[in-house]
Amino acid sequence: MTTHLATERSGRRGGRSARNPVGRAGYVFVSGYVLFLLAFGVLPTGYAVWLALSNSRNQLVGIGNFTRTFTDYRFGPAFLHIGLYLVIWLASLMILVVLLSLMLHGRMRRASTTLRFLFYLPGALAGVASVLLFLILLDPAASPVGWLLKGFGWNTLAQVNAPGHLPVLFTVIAFWTGAGGWIVVMYGALNSIPDEVLEAARIDGASTLQIALRIQIPMITKWIAYMLILAFAAGTQLFVEPQLVSLASWGMIPDSWSPNQLSYQYAFQAGDFNGAAALSVDLLVLGLACAALVVFRTGLFDRDER
Amino acid sequence: MNSDVPVTSRRQVRRVAGAAMGAVSLLALAACGSADPAAAGASSSPATFKPVKQEEGSQITVWADAARVPGVQAYQKAHPDVKIKIVTYSGDANGANDLQTKVRLFDRTGSGWPDVAFSANVNDGSWTTQGKTPFAAPVDKGLIPRSTLNGFAYGALNPCKFNGTTYCLRNDLAQNVLWYNKKLLDKFGYSVPTTWEEYEALGKKVAKEHPGYLVGTAGDAWSPEVYFWASQCPASTVTDGNKVKVDLQDAKCARMAKLLDGLIAKGSVSKDTVFSAGFIKNQASKVLMLPGPSWYGQVLFNSTFKIPKGQIAAASPLKFQGDAKNYTGNVGGGLWFVSSHSKNLKASADLVTWMTTSNEYQATAGTYPAYKEAAVAWLAGQKKTGYFAQDVSPVFQDAAELIWPGWSATQYSQEAIYSSTVVPALNSGKTLTDTLGTWQTAITDKAKSLGYTVN
Repeated sequence: MTTHLATERSGRRGGRSARNPVGRAGYVFVSGYVLFLLAFGVLPTGYAVWLALSNSRNQLVGIGNFTRTFTDYRFGPAFLHIGLYLVIWLASLMILVVLLSLMLHGRMRRASTTLRFLFYLPGALAGVASVLLFLILLDPAASPVGWLLKGFGWNTLAQVNAPGHLPVLFTVIAFWTGAGGWIVVMYGALNSIPDEVLEAARIDGASTLQIALRIQIPMITKWIAYMLILAFAAGTQLFVEPQLVSLASWGMIPDSWSPNQLSYQYAFQAGDFNGAAALSVDLLVLGLACAALVVFRTGLFDRDER
Repeated sequence: MNSDVPVTSRRQVRRVAGAAMGAVSLLALAACGSADPAAAGASSSPATFKPVKQEEGSQITVWADAARVPGVQAYQKAHPDVKIKIVTYSGDANGANDLQTKVRLFDRTGSGWPDVAFSANVNDGSWTTQGKTPFAAPVDKGLIPRSTLNGFAYGALNPCKFNGTTYCLRNDLAQNVLWYNKKLLDKFGYSVPTTWEEYEALGKKVAKEHPGYLVGTAGDAWSPEVYFWASQCPASTVTDGNKVKVDLQDAKCARMAKLLDGLIAKGSVSKDTVFSAGFIKNQASKVLMLPGPSWYGQVLFNSTFKIPKGQIAAASPLKFQGDAKNYTGNVGGGLWFVSSHSKNLKASADLVTWMTTSNEYQATAGTYPAYKEAAVAWLAGQKKTGYFAQDVSPVFQDAAELIWPGWSATQYSQEAIYSSTVVPALNSGKTLTDTLGTWQTAITDKAKSLGYTVN
């Protein structure tokens, strides 16, 4: 959207766009993206909103689908599960990713290339493939790290998958499959801080901790905010992990553990696409609200020159 | 929204966003229909089946799982004039629901249904017969001759029957029997139990005399179908259309829960599932007895546990002393559907008949055929393999006719509910008896969410 508006502006500044080939080229460049955005982003969202507000006979039902899904016995637990998961996942992501990238950047410069690569490696596997890997890792009898699981007193897959462990388990999976990429991004962000600034701080007698807390972290806040928005959106839509772990454990995880799974149950087990759409609109509103909050609080889109 | 956009554009953005929000809220307020999906008649009994316009000799699309595809190919070979397109899919095995997912989407788009579909999920008989235009075509209304339908084992077509109409053909039975390791049993000097009371006593004896050896497992997703079905527990009895009776407080449920709790506490019934890596590695060779489906013989003992030839045998399903006769359940058993949307019902019906009844295919199939004649040929084949310590034919044939009819195929899976509610509870140290209430609630809630009336 930003690109689009910026192009519009430059077109206006140059008078009529017909006289400004640069302005027209801009439209050409964004047209491909806009087309796909409309086809795969805007239209499906609009359709979901329409479905959420209507019934199977295409009559408007107002917020009927929302109240109906809200009172579903699985609604509360699903959002509770996901809430718990998000708290653990976002906290560990923020703290560990920032900490690890700071350490990579400061203390371990010599080993950092290798470590960066190692951190990134699990993330290089496509999402589903790495979850499949975890299905083996989590079974004490088959896992190469079975001794660690047994150390916790878990001797069978059923004990590892106990309901109380699930938010932590999914965090572990999500962290090892997704955090590596973020560490690389944060490392890049830390690299963008001019050396002179750090040098000056050091001459003024700032310790490593002070540099990290007073200079490095404040200067990469926007990247952290960006990570938070994306991780929140991905987290609320958790689906693959519970679905696959459930399959691998012969259904030990409820088929509607996360809201997205509940939506799937609505659509494909009950054939109720309207209820499913209402649930996905709930998730959309949640994601937008979180993004808006983070954007306004951190000034993510403010430009430095202003 | 964006601070790098001039004020005028920001205002525009705000105006557009405001207008969109306004439009959505207007739509939200303008309610004139009911949000209740049941009001649409989705779950009422379907109207009489009207076939679509038939095109003789047109191509039929067949969806089957990898295990069934060779059979379809054999049919194609025997019938070269029939045009068949074979699509391999999961077959809804192991809790997958691809057929339902796809059919729901095809129902929305109004095209794309396969003409014939195989499903390994015995519960698929329920949703395929529901809705305005059910996916499954009734087979007993002229599509398949009555004489063919009568050739199936007693009760084999029950999962296909809704409101008195038969909607599918059964591929195989998974009747439960009492599997035992004859070599071990002889070595320990025990005899095969015939009642659940003897089974319980033997289980306690094994725990004492040969600790570590097992007489059963309660952590399988299908444990309710092995133990509670055999105990005639009314976990879900569909009485009429969408009415279902769920009563786990019934004495017939409690007696089985108590029996298993006792043996779990002694350690001769495991809380694990037979297919877990840990069980296969550590406990497989210590299985003395194991109530379970007919396919356990080849699939579990032979292929998975790798128990050598000549050790495993099967005994008739157990009886409770107070009961007049013994009953059993079954774990799965595939179904063949003819689509109500098919343009070539004749060819489709012929294919499902051949797949389920012909000796050519069924005699060498992996699982016990639901069609009686084919089952005789199949059992002869099993005898020839020489895997079992004793001929399993009389036991299998006997058990095939003993399926308790009070356990209905439902749109929800008993297996999914048991493994997500009861198995975690067992592993946290609770007993089955403690869990019956929670289990009951889980079934009731799920049934209601799918439009059943529970009583």
